[in-house]
Amino acid sequence: MSALLAAASTDSDLYVAQNIFFGVIATTMIWAAIRVVTTSNVVHAALWLVLVLGGVAVQFLFLGAEFVAVTQVLIYIGAVIVLFLFGVMLTRASMGDDETVAGEKRLMAAVTGVLLFAVMAVALIDSFEDVRVVIDEPQSTALVSDSIFSQYIVPFEAVSVLLLAALIGAIVVARRD
Amino acid sequence: MLLNQFLLLAAALFCIGVYGVLARKNGMLVLMSVELILNAVNINLVAFGALTDDVGGAVFALFTIAVAAAEVGIGLAIVLLMYRNRRSIDLSQADMLKG
Repeated sequence: MSALLAAASTDSDLYVAQNIFFGVIATTMIWAAIRVVTTSNVVHAALWLVLVLGGVAVQFLFLGAEFVAVTQVLIYIGAVIVLFLFGVMLTRASMGDDETVAGEKRLMAAVTGVLLFAVMAVALIDSFEDVRVVIDEPQSTALVSDSIFSQYIVPFEAVSVLLLAALIGAIVVARRD
Repeated sequence: MLLNQFLLLAAALFCIGVYGVLARKNGMLVLMSVELILNAVNINLVAFGALTDDVGGAVFALFTIAVAAAEVGIGLAIVLLMYRNRRSIDLSQADMLKG
């Protein structure tokens, strides 16, 4: 990976191969994301979500963040999707019954989404017109872990406590008593 | 590669997620849309981390992933409780507090 990135960045600044792959994967991700929010079958939505999350992991690889990409695959595709599928199984009455959305509500949501995207796109294109991100080599996991356990130790501990609280909270909320 | 191609992709994912949260009635699908939004934010964090050559972006993306895992756990527990109490996870029916 690092040799590939280094070779590409010295040969030219155009990154032709990366850009083609980026386009293919980004298109797939957006299509899959649209399917997640439009399909009426909840299980299919979860499976389309796998495609989006995998695409996000590939984007992390493009940006040289190897450890985040691996964590994305492990936590999201490995754990969160399984959790979703269990949730679908336990609330089985809801299989594919989401066609009751009112047309008006759906239209207003679509207008909101499109307007939001338009505003964001204008602001982004205006601010970062041709800023280039140069990735010479991937961020090493050692660097990330050094940073977590020195500079960002307080947020790390806070996240640990949050996870513990969420675990206990989920048990308390979902418990039959 | 242009920074904007990552940011625009993230903006598109974010807006699709917002559409899902607003238009969907099924509690599970709303949670999935929230995941789309969180992933869009993660792409932005890592992209700006790569731009400034700072490891902080990746570190905070990891924190976001942890928070998202906690959010899904709690969210699913609430959806399960709702299903157990009313045999439905249609969010538009959960309006007991409506005046």
